[in-house]
Amino acid sequence: MSTPKTLFDKIWESHVVAENDDGTSLLYIDMHLTHEVTSWPGFENMRLNNRPVHRTDAVLAVPDHVIPTTGRGERIQNDQARIQFETLIKNCKEFGVPLIPLLDARQGIVHIIGPEQGATQPGITLVCGDSHTATHGAFGCLAFGIGSSEVEHVLSTQTLVQKRPKNMRIAVNGELSLGVSGKDMILAIIGAIGTAGGTGHVVEYVGSAISALSMEGRMTVCNMTIEGGARAGLIAPDETTFHYVKGRPLAPNEDQWDAAMTYWKTLPSDEDAAYDKEVALDAATIAPQVTWGTSPEDVVPIDGCVPDPSAAADEKQRDAIQAAIAYMGLEANKPITDIKVNRAFIGSCTNGRIEDMRAAAKVAEGRKLADGVRAMVVPGSGLVKAQAEAEGLDKTLTKAGFEWRDPGCSMCIAMNGDILEPGERCASTSNRNFKGRQGRDSRTHLVSPAMAAAAAIEGHFVDVRDLAS
Amino acid sequence: MKTFGTISGAAATLKMINVDTDQIIPKQYLSAISRIGLGKGLFHDFRYDTNNNENPDFVLNREPYRDAKILITSENFGCGSSREHAPWSLDDFGIRCVIAPSFADIFFNNCIKNGLLLIIMDEDKVKKLMTVAENPQTCNMTVDLDAQTIVLADGTSVSFEIEPFRKQRLQEGLDDISITLQRRDEIATFEAKQKAIMPWLYRP
Ligand code: SF4
Repeated sequence: MSTPKTLFDKIWESHVVAENDDGTSLLYIDMHLTHEVTSWPGFENMRLNNRPVHRTDAVLAVPDHVIPTTGRGERIQNDQARIQFETLIKNCKEFGVPLIPLLDARQGIVHIIGPEQGATQPGITLVCGDSHTATHGAFGCLAFGIGSSEVEHVLSTQTLVQKRPKNMRIAVNGELSLGVSGKDMILAIIGAIGTAGGTGHVVEYVGSAISALSMEGRMTVCNMTIEGGARAGLIAPDETTFHYVKGRPLAPNEDQWDAAMTYWKTLPSDEDAAYDKEVALDAATIAPQVTWGTSPEDVVPIDGCVPDPSAAADEKQRDAIQAAIAYMGLEANKPITDIKVNRAFIGSCTNGRIEDMRAAAKVAEGRKLADGVRAMVVPGSGLVKAQAEAEGLDKTLTKAGFEWRDPGCSMCIAMNGDILEPGERCASTSNRNFKGRQGRDSRTHLVSPAMAAAAAIEGHFVDVRDLAS
Repeated sequence: MKTFGTISGAAATLKMINVDTDQIIPKQYLSAISRIGLGKGLFHDFRYDTNNNENPDFVLNREPYRDAKILITSENFGCGSSREHAPWSLDDFGIRCVIAPSFADIFFNNCIKNGLLLIIMDEDKVKKLMTVAENPQTCNMTVDLDAQTIVLADGTSVSFEIEPFRKQRLQEGLDDISITLQRRDEIATFEAKQKAIMPWLYRP
């Protein structure tokens, strides 16, 4: 009998073109997504070296990072943003790369449009010059972020030179309580393993709580895998996956569907496959999560408190907690529910999908934003926006005082003009609470869409489960 | 990628440990859409004052070092972020060779990817080279990669070590992509096999 294999082993081994003497492998890449910020150096070099794009049918480009989320169709005011955006269009045209234009209904954040267009499929290798490429692992494909030189390498050769990572398994069994989402699950996982917990590994998420998630929830979980130090996260494809993929523009067509399904069903990890590292969590014990500090691992349940540096295990940790508390303008032992917010951001490739819009709208329904709070809802794509509008979610949200904007990365990275003022405190559904991430001296608390909407309505963090009842 | 044979020119010295990538090229240069012209931003905060006027004391603002082709510096050069703007700005300025007792990891790899020769040398030897280079009369040097020597103005030469694999890459001007492109046939074979089993991954 052959050795049992993990999902990761199967995908990796089926994509090795050649092994190198130094222990690296030349890995074939099936799909390459790209955007305006990290693609230009590659195109420029290819122009200098007279090299074509190896397979234009295996790339898809979309502008997202620097795009304003109001006034769509108007000239982009910021010169550098406009030039980057225009350069992407020019390069795609010159090299024959398919591009979703800004005014197309399908435009959106690269990690949202990949799955929507069916570019993301089980069993494939997928890369993008962006660390949150891990998102696509929700479909049981090996997806990871790459740097500018690697973007060019993939464009020119459809391959990458990579060292094989190790296998890690994170099991979440049991049932999530009502009002607790995939976002809370992944924040709790990062809290448990730390931001370096997955370094050098590809994480496979397993267990009944994972299988019970929708594709949207699974993407949220995989998206933040990078915040736990692993470059890629995986969830085995199942009926939920197949149902999502079927009929999408780039998915296998009618004639190819059965063959694709037959293959995809061979992908899940063999029963006694071995992992280099294992972690287990009980879904029932996960409460809505809120980050208090400047790293995604600085996270506590909503009924928790800002930690006390004097209770830290060692000096290094104490200094880190102290510095984070000072930056965030908090006090030790302060209950999380006492933290007031003046901004809320619902969107990003972590939580900009239809389910997230629904969760926010459900909380907002019949309520009003607290005085002095400004809240933005930024759908992850034009298709999410259209779907939400068809369901009337935009009306519910705007009636409650939320802004309903055009798709893009927006305040997740604050490159497009959507930005916090120094000292402003934001309940944000994005993925990074680093110092200055949402603007100079900005204070970001990572939460789920329901929790962000609830905080915006109450003016401080609340347990969305209390609000619902 | 450019091939690397012999380079001759002024060697500038930067006596400073842990020069990080922010010091090599600061963040205001990162959102540009071309690496051409990045040489202007090389060592920006050392080279210019707050009004963007040249600081006359900085070595690269003095003759004959304005046209330096070689940089001699101290430990852990290039630490910090993974931005490839750091090697790009050195290259664009005209510096193709950096000599130091040690370099930061990612920077080292990024330089190889961009055809720059980084020479790791004992601190004593580096210090001697610095003394020679600090004198404008004697600062011209010739780095000969084939012979693995640095020939000084007085005709004496200093030898250096380099891994054979890296040497060959630089000599032939092979970047990662050129190396992979030599495996075109293997890639084509892989594609033919995959296309037969999974035709849906290949779109017309
Ligand atoms: S939404 Fe944020 S994390 Fe996602 S791709 Fe855009 S900038 Fe990156």
